[in-house]
Amino acid sequence: MKSAVIIFPGSNCDRDMDVALKKFGFKNQMVWHDDEKLPKSDLIVLPGGFSYGDYLRCGSIAGKSKIIKSVIDFAQKGGLVLGVCNGFQILTETGLLPGVLQQNKNIEFICKNVFIKVNNKKNIYFEKIDKDILELHIAHNEGNYFCTDDELKMLKDNNLIAVSYCNDKGEINEKSNPNGALQNIAGIFNKEKNILGMMPHPERMIDKYLSGEDGSIFFKNLINNFK
Amino acid sequence: MKIKVVVTLKNGVLDPQGKAIQQTLNGMGFPLVNEVRQGKYFEVDLSEKDEAKAKNKVEDMCKKLLANLVIENFEIL
Repeated sequence: MKSAVIIFPGSNCDRDMDVALKKFGFKNQMVWHDDEKLPKSDLIVLPGGFSYGDYLRCGSIAGKSKIIKSVIDFAQKGGLVLGVCNGFQILTETGLLPGVLQQNKNIEFICKNVFIKVNNKKNIYFEKIDKDILELHIAHNEGNYFCTDDELKMLKDNNLIAVSYCNDKGEINEKSNPNGALQNIAGIFNKEKNILGMMPHPERMIDKYLSGEDGSIFFKNLINNFK
Repeated sequence: MKIKVVVTLKNGVLDPQGKAIQQTLNGMGFPLVNEVRQGKYFEVDLSEKDEAKAKNKVEDMCKKLLANLVIENFEIL
């Protein structure tokens, strides 16, 4: 499976993502934001970080960068696009995913491990995944997902809330909501489920000695589903 | 010509920074402050002499970049 990670000025999880993808067998390439064409890829990843210093709104400037036109085109043709953290913010700013990531409710930068519940397995990202509750890392100032009532209804009706913040037992409640996100939303799909945006970082959980291995489960599962 | 734009959060959208400012003002001896909403102010200098045309362009810019219409309103001053 061929993948490409886009590097924006201010991205800081691009190399972590590169390491993670390669570790699980992806043939990964790095692509500069100022390029216009994407290499032949099965998966495009928009990594975490602070693209363009989070100027104006997180992800807003990256959402208008040169390479994004090709990413939008690739996504609209059904190509797989994964946006993590700042990548999720960029996906909402491009309009590929609905809603917006607002500042955390408690005005704190949150950096900690959280649990997320996989809500929908009928997609390439989570099909056959053998764990419903994953422990992943979050590190963000703007992860407070918000959308209009109509968008929320659309997300629910189509089962597009990919992952929700929960506790270690899988209970989704206010206590397990780290940032004030609407209905504990941690990640969503587009209607076709080829685009996934999520705040938690699977690429930070791929080594049992450093962090944890639930990120490994995510990447292994994705590449197995693609085969 | 210079066009001025104010971008504000829509009613009902959470504004944690505004809330913190309000609480600080209350604590500083301004108990009369009920609410603060924080926004953004832009001055856009354009190569266009016709005010209507310039405002039209800036409106387009607001819709496409300066404001996120999911949570923000804009006003061209």
